[in-house]
Amino acid sequence: MELLISLIIGLLTAVGVFLVLRGRTFPIVLGLTVLSYAVNLFIFSAGRLVMDGAAVLNSGLATPDPVPQALVLTAIVIGFAMTAFAVILAIRARADLGNDHVDGRLPEQSGEQK
Amino acid sequence: MLNLFWIPLLTLIGVFVSLSTSKVSRTACAYATAALPAAALAIVISYAPSVLNGESFVERFEWIPAAGLEVAFRLDGFALLFTLLILGIGLLVILYARYYLSEQDNMPRFYAMLILFMTAMLGIVLSENLIQLWLFWELTSISSFLLISFWNHKSEARKGARMALTITGMGGLALFAGILLIGQVVGSYNLTDVLAQGDLIRGSELYPYILVLVLLGAFTKSAQFPFHFWLPHAMAAPTPVSAYLHSATMVKAGIFLMARLYPALAGTDMWFLLVTLTGLATLLVGAYMALFKHDLKGLLAYSTISHLGLITLLLGLNSKLAAVAATFHIINHATFKASLFMAAGIIDHETGTRDMRKLSGLWRYMPHTAMLAMVAALAMAGVPLLNGFLSKEMFFAETLHQGSLGALSWILPVLATVAGIFSVAYSLRFIHDVFFNGEPVNLPKTPHEPPRYMKIPVEILVALCFVVGIAPGLVVAGILHSAATSLLQSDTPYYSLAIWHGFNFPLLMSFIALLGGILVYATRKQLFEFQSQFPERDAKAIFDQNIKRIVDSATRIYGTIENGSLQRYTMLFILSVALFTTVPMTKLIDYEGARPLLPVDGISIVATIILVVSALVTLIWHRKRMIALIAVSVVGLIVSLIFARFSAPDLALTQLSVEVVTVILLMLALFFLPQVTAKAAKPSSVVRDLGLATLIGGVMATISYAMMTHPQTSIADFFIANSKTGGGGTNVVNVILVDFRGFDTFGEITVLGIAGLGIYKLIARMKLFMPSADLNGIPWSNDHHPMMLATVSRALLPLALLVSAYIFLRGHNLPGGGFIAGLVTAVALILQYIANGVDFMRERSRLNYQWLISVGLIIAGMTGMGSWLFGYPFLSSWFDYFSLPGVGKFELASAMVFDLGVYLTVIGSTLLILGNLGALTTHARPEESK
Amino acid sequence: MNHLITLPIMLPLLLATLQLLPVIEKSIERQRLISVLGSLSIVIASVALLISASAGNVTLYALGNWEAPFGIQLVGDRLSSMMVVLTSILLLAANLYASAGDDNQGRYFYPLMMFQAMGINGAFLTGDIFNLFVFFEILLIASYSLLIHGGGKHKTSAAVHYVFLNLVGSAIFLFALGIIYGTLGTLNMADMALRVRELNESEVQLAKIGGMMLLSVFALKAALLPLQFWLPRTYASAPGPVVALFAIMTKVGIYSIIRIQSLIFGDSAGALTDLGQDWIWVLALGTLIIATLGVISAPSVKRLAAHLVILSVGTLLVAVGFGTAESLSAALFYAVHSTLAGAAFFLIGDIIAEQRERSFDRIVAGRSLAQPMSIGILFFVAALTLIGMPPLSGFIGKFLIMKSIDSGSALVWAWPLLLIGSLAALVAFSRAGSTLFWRSNGKPDSSKASATRKFIAVGILLSAAPLMSLFAGPITQYTDATVEQLQSFELNPRQIMAKGVQQ
Repeated sequence: MELLISLIIGLLTAVGVFLVLRGRTFPIVLGLTVLSYAVNLFIFSAGRLVMDGAAVLNSGLATPDPVPQALVLTAIVIGFAMTAFAVILAIRARADLGNDHVDGRLPEQSGEQK
Repeated sequence: MLNLFWIPLLTLIGVFVSLSTSKVSRTACAYATAALPAAALAIVISYAPSVLNGESFVERFEWIPAAGLEVAFRLDGFALLFTLLILGIGLLVILYARYYLSEQDNMPRFYAMLILFMTAMLGIVLSENLIQLWLFWELTSISSFLLISFWNHKSEARKGARMALTITGMGGLALFAGILLIGQVVGSYNLTDVLAQGDLIRGSELYPYILVLVLLGAFTKSAQFPFHFWLPHAMAAPTPVSAYLHSATMVKAGIFLMARLYPALAGTDMWFLLVTLTGLATLLVGAYMALFKHDLKGLLAYSTISHLGLITLLLGLNSKLAAVAATFHIINHATFKASLFMAAGIIDHETGTRDMRKLSGLWRYMPHTAMLAMVAALAMAGVPLLNGFLSKEMFFAETLHQGSLGALSWILPVLATVAGIFSVAYSLRFIHDVFFNGEPVNLPKTPHEPPRYMKIPVEILVALCFVVGIAPGLVVAGILHSAATSLLQSDTPYYSLAIWHGFNFPLLMSFIALLGGILVYATRKQLFEFQSQFPERDAKAIFDQNIKRIVDSATRIYGTIENGSLQRYTMLFILSVALFTTVPMTKLIDYEGARPLLPVDGISIVATIILVVSALVTLIWHRKRMIALIAVSVVGLIVSLIFARFSAPDLALTQLSVEVVTVILLMLALFFLPQVTAKAAKPSSVVRDLGLATLIGGVMATISYAMMTHPQTSIADFFIANSKTGGGGTNVVNVILVDFRGFDTFGEITVLGIAGLGIYKLIARMKLFMPSADLNGIPWSNDHHPMMLATVSRALLPLALLVSAYIFLRGHNLPGGGFIAGLVTAVALILQYIANGVDFMRERSRLNYQWLISVGLIIAGMTGMGSWLFGYPFLSSWFDYFSLPGVGKFELASAMVFDLGVYLTVIGSTLLILGNLGALTTHARPEESK
Repeated sequence: MNHLITLPIMLPLLLATLQLLPVIEKSIERQRLISVLGSLSIVIASVALLISASAGNVTLYALGNWEAPFGIQLVGDRLSSMMVVLTSILLLAANLYASAGDDNQGRYFYPLMMFQAMGINGAFLTGDIFNLFVFFEILLIASYSLLIHGGGKHKTSAAVHYVFLNLVGSAIFLFALGIIYGTLGTLNMADMALRVRELNESEVQLAKIGGMMLLSVFALKAALLPLQFWLPRTYASAPGPVVALFAIMTKVGIYSIIRIQSLIFGDSAGALTDLGQDWIWVLALGTLIIATLGVISAPSVKRLAAHLVILSVGTLLVAVGFGTAESLSAALFYAVHSTLAGAAFFLIGDIIAEQRERSFDRIVAGRSLAQPMSIGILFFVAALTLIGMPPLSGFIGKFLIMKSIDSGSALVWAWPLLLIGSLAALVAFSRAGSTLFWRSNGKPDSSKASATRKFIAVGILLSAAPLMSLFAGPITQYTDATVEQLQSFELNPRQIMAKGVQQ
């Protein structure tokens, strides 16, 4: 199971990083979202994995490490706020600069309609 | 006797005095300015007798003990000499400038800068601490920059000033390094210690560096070849400034430094070679160039350079007598050069030009000035009965009495004589061309004698030249002796200041110099023609070109590095992360720890496959944005399932609800952004990014595997143990969020709130880019609010609110809590937006989301501070159990109030974000916008 | 019970939230009054903290009354309280400056400024690594929103770069935190320092990876080569008062580096001692070079200011990377100086841009300024101290740093680069100055004069230059004591893990 999870983390990280390195805003936003999934899983996994553990106390089951969960919860919320800002910023950039390239100007070799 | 500190302090105060005299008459301004330097002079004189008797005074004041730095002043013979020159000539210049400056010039400003410069010079010569000396050294560079650029409307003034500043600034930095090195060797910056440790310094392996760095400072300041070129351009300054800076002060600072550190640095062959040869070169170049300058001040500038060279040469000779001669020449040069500059200024002032091709025969118009100028010029030429003669005589003698060049030693006296010849020649030219040599040619004004008081300074100085020249023993012997003694830090050898030493070589050399000079001057026509073959090189232009070249190349290089592409920056960042991490990765041998692995089951594999596929879809079709978005949301879904699978229901819930909101957001975004990404990236960069991505991915995968398989001891057990007893909740995660680590949550909702505000800022007055149709040209639906959805959603709202309330309340003990509840409510409300449109909501909901955020944060904050009342730290929780008939036993906890704050903030910001964005879309609808 | 240490965080928060309420939000005048007075109160609070810290006692504040390492803990030592005071002074000056009109160009100006100050102060005061992340996010999201205050193409496109790059940074930060918790099993920095000392071989490597990731995130914030490219554009296009507050942002990164280097990866950390120190040293030298190029080639005053910030970062991290007690103490002095001087110079550039019609702050001959004299003097003083010319604070800072780098091999690299940097600044300033103030055409037009409070704001910041040089003695004593304190924490981290509140 651990192997699966770490593979997933690796894959998501790779996909996220690749998308983040794109030239247009939307793919980058997607990339950041994927990257945040990877991050959340990673932090979660830092508390080691427990299957069929107890969600709450005195249920007589093994309790998973709650700290990473709390951290991930915080991370999710902050990530949400940040993504939201990034998205709107992307829209604003498109509105102000007439295109959705991160540098605000289109690279020479591309011929996209403005 | 007043404390030494008063000397520079008084002049410093003088700066503000003269600044404050803008209202009063020009004469009053001059006197007010002169007052404090005069007082300072009085103090110096009060010290003079005891200093002349060989005493030296030091006053210390602690500044930065940690760095061994103190403000300390030192008045010994050598310092006394310079202090007298600086203050004495300074006062004369102040008087002179009063008549030189015109009505248009801002006199208070001029005087203020002059006094500031005077303060800096005093600081240099009085410093007991080398760092402090450097401090004042730089101050002279700065204040001279201001003085030279006084007429800053003139381009040559600006350029000249910048050149002077850059060259001397460069030297200054070198000197700084040199001083720091000295400090390292000696272990102290105090002059006393440094001068005492001469052998230690000369012995250390740092000595060559120290010497070169210090000399760089001195040479640039004293305009030694090849750094001499800034000085002639500093002549763009008003003449009083030139008279001051280039006779007694600025350029002498370098000389002073060399003399001051003489006991510490001199005495080695390296010193001899560097200093003597530089001095010699400067002496010759200056003397030669001076002859060909048609500008009066130009001639004086180059003669200054040459005389500075002469003094440098003397200091380089490593002989005590030479040092004495140098000191003597410092005095003499200061007197005659100052008077000559002033005379030149008078001529310029009264005739309107300084061009010697126009000026001639002024003798008839201004005999008095002419007289003074001629005497000074003869002193400069080294004619007997004038002070210049004496020191030049000593100089010639010294060039004879040294043999460090072995068989080539004869070369020094010969070249010295050559220089002497030229200095006689240009002095002659100064006299003959200006005052005789026929009638003046078309002068701007008809010349006449200057105002009475303008001549007084010149008269005083010229008188000095005479007196020193005739009766040196009476006038200068004392000060010279004490100065030389404190320069050498040891007794001076025997020397005589007599005018007549009998027939000897030096006399012969002077004689040759005189005759040769006359001869050269007689044959100047041919020389001028010869010289005219060489193109005139304008140092200013060259300097400008070089600066420009540096700036351009810097711009070019920087431009190639920073190309303004975010992709490069992100790449660099990720690359460096990869680099930093892969190095330790290679050392991570046992990436599989002892912890037993969990079994793999079918569902997990299926889920994984779905996730992998959709992730890959996102990767491959990321340019088809809608598809990519859907794929991403699938990924998100699976991730939340994973959380659920590994017994983290809170995470699953949160992830899910956030997921929903994010997807709605991205859908809206896609409405404003292009539906597809144009193919822009070069295949090469795609490959590069893929490689980088894989690397990072591999790293993270390995680390997480290594981590998950290693057993761990963490702080978790404490939380599990204390959650119920200390936090009053059985849902440990929630208790951590609202209690143990409530501060994080507090920060987290703050972030959310700020994001809401920031996004509102972004949306406000956004000029929208609005497509009326989607990718395939199909226009966006005109059907505003589908009836079905509308009714259902309205029915749903109360239910949703109920659910959220439930989630909120159980949060502390079962999965749930303020945040999730908040999101549920938010989603329910957003659904209303989608279903019924913004206007519908506007009418019904009176909620101001911004206030909601504020209130939420305040509630959370107040809950935190509430614990102050009970004498507990911020955010300390309180809870207890109550029972009501019918309801039964229930718990109340301060954490719940805190959670309420969270709840409100979440709703507020989520709706502030989505509500407004939604509003945009509806308003922007083509068919509604008309 | 003494809650003083929470004020630098809570006061800004409350002031911000209050200003969102209708009563105040409706009238800009009320907002101005509250913000300026509010920031003054923050200054007072943080100075009070500084005073108690300078007496040598460390304020430990266990939030929620949960003892470290389990709860989050605020640590008010010499270092953090010094930085907090610095921040609040910047905030005061920036708000004062903004109250002359910049605050009107968009909504929520003051709340956002307050939130940003809250984030910065929190980052300085917290003793918990994850909490540090949270405060980083607070100051970042606030800075994102402030960056686009006033609107305009340039701000938007600059913001895109700044935001996206920092979002990636946050992701890496979280990865690093995951590793740290996964290997050390704790989040309290002092506890981390204890745990790294008893790691086995493979855990050491994991911790190393986590630490290096953390360092690279901080390097991004600190604008260390090659992660400094985002800075010039962002700072040059941000509104004047905002960028004045930004002047502390690079210092937040540097502070974090110093904190973890001195506490967690100190001499007792075994295999992890001085983790990444050599990298910092080398990259800092590189930063000096790139900054020198930037300074020489800067086309406008604000760009010049931005590159000078990078130059100061290089100078600071050279000292940090050299890693002796003396050099660290010198770095702390220089940090204070460069922050205040940099902020002042940004504001001066803003005033210049405001008064020069079309040519803005570009270094070209343009119409003459409305108040050439007063601006000229401010420019001159700022130039002197930023070049490192005596007798102002810049000179002291540079002197202390160069003096502290005393080993031959290091000296050969550091001194020339530091001095060349100064020379470049000298050339750039004399070019800029003589162009802006002397090659101007037209008479000063007093109708375009800037508000007096703007000059007061600049004055407040710039007064530090002479004062810090005058009182260099006491200040250096303080920084020396700070370094000693850091060393003592490193020797016994338990002394900053306490239950409840203690001083």
